[in-house]
Amino acid sequence: MPVQVIRGNRSSLAALVIGLALVAIAATLPLWAPEESASAWMREFVEIACYFIFAMMWNLLAGYGGMVSVGQQAFFGFGGYVMLMLGNLANVNPFIAVPLGALAAALIAVPVSYVAFRLQGGYFAIGTWVIAEVFRLSFAQLSVVGGGSGTSLTALRGIEKSTREMATFWMALACMVAAVALVYLFLRSKRGLALLAIRDNEIAAESQGIAVGRMKLAVYVVAALGAGLAGALYFLGNLRISPDAAFSINWTAFAIFMVVIGGIGRIEGPIVGALIYWALNKFFGDYGTWYLLGLGLLAILVTIYFKQGLWGYAQERWGWSLFPTRRTLKS
Amino acid sequence: MIETLVSTLAQGLLLGGLYCLFALGLSLMFGVMRLTNTAHGDLIVLMSFVAFTGMGLAPTVAGGGSLMPFAVMAVMLPLAFALGYGLQRYVLNRTLGRDPLPSLVVTFGLSIVIQNMLLELYSADPRSIDTDGLNTQSLALPGGLAIGVLPLIILLLAIAATAALQWLFNSTRLGRAFRAVSDDREIAELMGLSANKVYALATAIAFVLIAIAGVLQVMRTTVSPSDGSIQLLFAFEAVIIGGMGSFWGTLAGAMLLGIVQQIGFRLDPGWGIWFGHIVFLLVLVVRPQGLFPKTRES
Repeated sequence: MPVQVIRGNRSSLAALVIGLALVAIAATLPLWAPEESASAWMREFVEIACYFIFAMMWNLLAGYGGMVSVGQQAFFGFGGYVMLMLGNLANVNPFIAVPLGALAAALIAVPVSYVAFRLQGGYFAIGTWVIAEVFRLSFAQLSVVGGGSGTSLTALRGIEKSTREMATFWMALACMVAAVALVYLFLRSKRGLALLAIRDNEIAAESQGIAVGRMKLAVYVVAALGAGLAGALYFLGNLRISPDAAFSINWTAFAIFMVVIGGIGRIEGPIVGALIYWALNKFFGDYGTWYLLGLGLLAILVTIYFKQGLWGYAQERWGWSLFPTRRTLKS
Repeated sequence: MIETLVSTLAQGLLLGGLYCLFALGLSLMFGVMRLTNTAHGDLIVLMSFVAFTGMGLAPTVAGGGSLMPFAVMAVMLPLAFALGYGLQRYVLNRTLGRDPLPSLVVTFGLSIVIQNMLLELYSADPRSIDTDGLNTQSLALPGGLAIGVLPLIILLLAIAATAALQWLFNSTRLGRAFRAVSDDREIAELMGLSANKVYALATAIAFVLIAIAGVLQVMRTTVSPSDGSIQLLFAFEAVIIGGMGSFWGTLAGAMLLGIVQQIGFRLDPGWGIWFGHIVFLLVLVVRPQGLFPKTRES
């Protein structure tokens, strides 16, 4: 009996069309936005894009790779610092330095993984946190980038403000689309299937001939690349970096929040989570400590009562899937 | 030269005593139920602030000056026990399973809640409590060496707590239950143990240790709401350096961490903590099972 492998559905096609339309609308923002608010909107978008890319990569690492790290800010900050150092010290155009910063984060992830992979489960999480602290303390001693108080991205001097803002905005949009596409295509590929197998049962996957160790390393490096990209992009928009801001645990805390609320282990999760985070931040961000307290409480409640997150709930209930990575067999 | 060396070593050992008290609760919770409590450091800080408030509420007993913090501690221990029991029984037990993510997210969320609650209640100012001079007294040892009385008390308490915990684990019914649910939860439940209750007792005991550590920390130095994460990391490093599953190993790991940090501080004040982290990572690479891993009793 011939068996048909179904890999998409109508809603995924619709999602693709709507997604492309949204990207097109966003890309033309400088054309249609009211002049007085365009600059602020673009800045806000860049910031959210960085959070989103970072959360997307955390989702790949934890939700698909099964590696729950609370030290991804190491790569975020590293990407940012490399971008800034290339721009300030080596006279590289900062916009070109952004992907280079991401690459540097991916490269450093290889030796870092050698240490981090000695630990498993919860201890892996705290171990990666220690590694991120080592990054922070090391950069705080580097006087060439201002030590503990940080420094500014002076390489962008001489570029007009509106040009700079627009270029940063388009770059953020492109990086966001690229991050979604990268993760989506990766998960739909043969390697993605192997990754899902590892997540579900590592020993069974290994016995089927999947090189578990190499696969985990690949995911770790890709996640570091994405985190580095987010960091380089963030500090390109921010124009100022300091070790405490670059290697703050809050980056990972917000990523965990977005992914857990949206639904871990599905691409839609961080998208939904980032939107919710953006809305909450917009309306309640001014409450400071109370707002953070509420976020922490919400993460606890969702984890206990809504294990699959909001999108996971919707998917179970209505069968929605915008980015199908499953293969369904139909005879 | 020799004097500096001896003094650095002594300071490191004393600091290690404190780290050991930080670490024992973490080690216990991980050992019994594979639960990594990322709120561990923030709970220590919470206990420090409870002690701070307790000192304010307590009637000033004439002459009882430096004993007051210990009286507050004595009142806090049963409360900490109850808090730990309840938290594990009604919240954390729901997060346990093969997947480490739920427990990590919940304890991480808890850490954010505690930190921001303390910020709201006490502001970001560092706080300390009055020990009536106990924290500045020192003992003169032969050879011109002087060591603080309070750090010495902390070290002795750490050794006592380690011994007590090891005894509890090896020689009591409760300890046997701890080991049983740790080895195989299902079989232990078939034998009539309630894993949920055993877990709750483990966390309750861990919270008692957390309370002791928190009170001693705020007696020794100032504490502010954001100190929790670094205390978690030191505790974690002590556990891993010492080797999982052995409380004496945790004590030894804490001592080593304390000494390494002191040497680092002596070389350059900016690099002390960095130096401790690096030695921890080196241990991880060279000897991932830790220096003194548990040897299974036959």
